[in-house]
Amino acid sequence: MAVLSYREAARQAIAEEMRRDPTVWALGEDLGRGGVWGQYGGLVDEFGPRRIADTPISESTIMGAAVGAALVGTRPVVEMRFSDFALIAVDELVNQAAKMRYMFGGQARVPLVARLPIGLHGASAAQHSQSLEAWWVHMPGLVVVTPATPADNKGLLKAAIRCDDPVVYMEHKSLWLSEGEVPDDDHVVPFGVARRSREGGDITIVSWSRMVHLADQAADELGASGISAEIIDLRTLWPWDEDMVCKSVARTGRLLVVHEAVQAGGFGAEVIATVVERLGSGLRVPPRRLGGPRIPVAYSKPLEDEFRVPVARIVATVREMLEGERT
Amino acid sequence: MVRDNIDTARDNVDAERVRALYRVMARIRAFEEAAEQVKVAGEVAGAVHLSIGQEAVAAGICHGLREIDLITSNHRGHGHTLAKGADSTAMMCELLGRVGGTSQGKGGSMHIADFAVGMLGANGVVADGIPIAVGAAHAAVLMAKDIVAVSFFGDGAVNRGPFLEGLNWAKVFDLPVLFVCEDNAYASTTRASAVTAGAGAAARAEGIGVPAFTVDGNDVVAVDDLASEQVRAIRADGGPRLIHARTYRLKPHTVGFQDGYRDPDEVEARYQQEPLRRCAAQLTALGVAEAELAAIRDEAAAEMAAAVAAAMASPWPGPHLAFTDVQDVGAPRWPF
Repeated sequence: MAVLSYREAARQAIAEEMRRDPTVWALGEDLGRGGVWGQYGGLVDEFGPRRIADTPISESTIMGAAVGAALVGTRPVVEMRFSDFALIAVDELVNQAAKMRYMFGGQARVPLVARLPIGLHGASAAQHSQSLEAWWVHMPGLVVVTPATPADNKGLLKAAIRCDDPVVYMEHKSLWLSEGEVPDDDHVVPFGVARRSREGGDITIVSWSRMVHLADQAADELGASGISAEIIDLRTLWPWDEDMVCKSVARTGRLLVVHEAVQAGGFGAEVIATVVERLGSGLRVPPRRLGGPRIPVAYSKPLEDEFRVPVARIVATVREMLEGERT
Repeated sequence: MVRDNIDTARDNVDAERVRALYRVMARIRAFEEAAEQVKVAGEVAGAVHLSIGQEAVAAGICHGLREIDLITSNHRGHGHTLAKGADSTAMMCELLGRVGGTSQGKGGSMHIADFAVGMLGANGVVADGIPIAVGAAHAAVLMAKDIVAVSFFGDGAVNRGPFLEGLNWAKVFDLPVLFVCEDNAYASTTRASAVTAGAGAAARAEGIGVPAFTVDGNDVVAVDDLASEQVRAIRADGGPRLIHARTYRLKPHTVGFQDGYRDPDEVEARYQQEPLRRCAAQLTALGVAEAELAAIRDEAAAEMAAAVAAAMASPWPGPHLAFTDVQDVGAPRWPF
């Protein structure tokens, strides 16, 4: 075990996979100088500019070329810098990458990893702050990954590179410098297996990406007043670990889903709908969800803060759910 | 380097090569006519975009390619696919949505692919095959594979971003890509010249340093000469090239589509210039008897009639197959 940053863990994952498999390569803007977040730092020195390829600012063709490169047997890691910019490449990801295997009757595989960093970070306003994970979950053919910790960012990225399906890999920009213990060995985290980051008996809080850490802080506060929250970090949204969530909720009887993305049409709705369908009367109180309001992210701090789900709101919502049941 | 009508050293035109080109074109024509018939007969559920009148582009470009070379195509891709070596029966099964289709009935006319012969897919989105061919060439260079990737696209595609981006990318990375703008004069039902500024595909390519050539796309020998020369040049120096092949779509945008946006006289006049007729004239001049040409056409028609019969006799896919080949991870379960 070593303590690494979320960013360094990802960098290590790519380096290890590139050493292991000569068909792995990365392409995107500014990768040669380490990528806009430093997540490719120094890789060009070891692997050269052909495998750490600096591309034009041509998002559709970065993605489209990666599709073609994946079809003929390489494993491209596609850097989009911001999930917002990946919208320029939605056609290539949705109409091509996600569908080619199916559309061509199984002749094709598109083993690409599209890195789409998400989330609020550094007063970046409306075009550099979005969390669009739910969009991709809606698309058959895609795998959707949202790591919350350095260990997972290494293990899930390695799994993504080895996966034969196109993977939308969404790191949170405010987590790049967060630190945590990361296994030294060939650490690969399977998709569809959630992580129970805290055990508890009163309520199940389901989250992913950065909000897992806020849920954790909320659980600390709640614990001080005798409320025991179980926290499940989904890690991957497609596939997602329905079984772990349902077993937990069957035990606690209460479910709160917390995410940074706009609440309306967010993945929290899918989690709650699935749990209600499977457990129905097994719930002690109606499930709740917390996400962003349906407004663009603003620049000015007091305005940007309106988009956030603060720890205090998680705490208050859990209290409401427990109190509401008593009355 | 735009050349209007390449000088096709006619002295070197040998009957054997022209006969081979004619045979490919005759097979494409026969496939398209058979596809039209089964569509009109109600046996094909989806849209069918015919390339009748454009056969010389597919046949001429693919003649100089090897099996390991790669192509991407567009929504009007039957000709390219046949010329690259795909099986006509599997293609017809795909049109009819039957077992044995190139895409197992999951794609239809617009999503025919045959990876075994280097055909990386027709495409339902205009211009989207361009970056895919570019990326395939990029990967081939990375893996030190000696291949050329060809992207066929229409005149409409040059007004989409991937055309500019793909050409720029291929030039910047010095990739072995042959871009083929198959200009059939109509972007769907709009005259291409009315919605395309400047001098068109070749001029745009030259603007970013990609050597570009314009050719009479109804002259199969000229197309073959130019394409073979450019593919050799690409193999020699690696960089991309563009061919702007001017042809004409004799049929409506899709089978059954109202063709009221162009003068019937215009279409009739273009029939006089269609590529099989012109190639037949060349062969006749080379001393090939009309009976031999008729035999080639009959053989092609018989092949496609057999393909239709085989497709009609092929079973429908079982409904569970709608759930296969979606993805490995988080795959759907049938029944839903």
